[in-house]
Amino acid sequence: MDILATQWHYAWQIMPSLFDGVKMTLSLFFFTLIGAIPLGIIVGLGRASRFKPLRNILGIYVWIMRGTPLLLQLIFVFYGLPIIHIVFQRYDAALFAFIINYAAYFAEIFRGGLQSIDRGQYESAKVLRLTYWQTIKKIVLPQVMKIVLPSIGNEVINLVKDSSLVYVIGLGDLLRAGNVATARDVTLLPLLLVGIGYLLLTAVLTLIQRKVEQHYSYYK
Amino acid sequence: MLELKAISKHFGRRLILDQLDLTVNDGEALAIVGPSGAGKTTLLRCISGLERIDAGQILLDGQTFDPYDNQDKDSVIGVVFQDFQLFPNLNVLDNITLAPILALKQTKDEAERQARALLERLALTGKEELYPYQLSGGQKQRVALARALAMKPKILCYDEPTSALDPDLRQEVEKLILGLKADGMTQIIVTHDLEFAENIADAVKHVDALPESK
Repeated sequence: MDILATQWHYAWQIMPSLFDGVKMTLSLFFFTLIGAIPLGIIVGLGRASRFKPLRNILGIYVWIMRGTPLLLQLIFVFYGLPIIHIVFQRYDAALFAFIINYAAYFAEIFRGGLQSIDRGQYESAKVLRLTYWQTIKKIVLPQVMKIVLPSIGNEVINLVKDSSLVYVIGLGDLLRAGNVATARDVTLLPLLLVGIGYLLLTAVLTLIQRKVEQHYSYYK
Repeated sequence: MLELKAISKHFGRRLILDQLDLTVNDGEALAIVGPSGAGKTTLLRCISGLERIDAGQILLDGQTFDPYDNQDKDSVIGVVFQDFQLFPNLNVLDNITLAPILALKQTKDEAERQARALLERLALTGKEELYPYQLSGGQKQRVALARALAMKPKILCYDEPTSALDPDLRQEVEKLILGLKADGMTQIIVTHDLEFAENIADAVKHVDALPESK
């Protein structure tokens, strides 16, 4: 009983630092999504456009972002770019790297979704005198959203876990908080708590994903 | 009156329409018939502005008319597609009111009142809140027709209106087209069904396939 009580007491002691870590993780997570989803839609539209040079340039961007490790991109932005006098604060560097990386993945998902929409939908919108942007907003994107939701959900859950990579540039996220405590106090408990923390976050996201998919199930 | 003068259309090196002439008088139902691959649908797509013509001239009421770039709200060419192309994410009422609200700048009330009148006329009352996947083929076609009519088109085009339906629904389509003709609607109907064409049309235009190499 004594051991359990000490462990419990210890867990309470390190909780505030773990919560600070969760705050950092969540902040990175939300702001990355807020930046990367709209950017991904725009790049996806460009990738699906008929204008070949644009398609190719965006193709190279997607290739670089998906073809190199996110860890390398983080290190490049924070430790590499200052050499050519582009200096980001730690947090800004992390956010920048995450947004441009995740936007590339989202863009490919949206491109696939956009290309699965029947050309006839655009044609019936054209004969009804809708403009391109009206067609995209009212007809195409709502249908694309429904199609891409499962894949987007996957990426969103990946993002929660990928956010732990920011420890390399010295940001105090959930993983780092646990790691520091484990190294200092020579105990496994912080790492177990970190694991539980990630599991809770992804469980909540899975629930939200299910709700959103239900919301879009009113039509087939 | 719609006049096509010597219009031509290629896809790549393949000539689909070769110096074709066509006149559609106001209030008339014109059937375009011919074997598959003859360019019937291409002709309809040129008239409705989905394809650009390569050569020739189109006149609407004596004025030069370019359906492809036309933005004039008073000269809409409506289309009922072979596979209807309703918007699956919108219910029946929104399918019909979307374009009048966005393109014709009607108020929501105005557009809905008009849509409900069209639905009543097409025996679709009670279907306002349904989504396209919940409708039968014949109902989808009538919604597509209502959606086209809500734009107050000058001319209404149909691409193979009987092909996606059960054969016994053919008469229903005939009635719809004849009913609109009685109201003075100008209609162009692409079909490969000669009997159907005879029943509905004031004039029949035969389009023949062009030789492969030219």
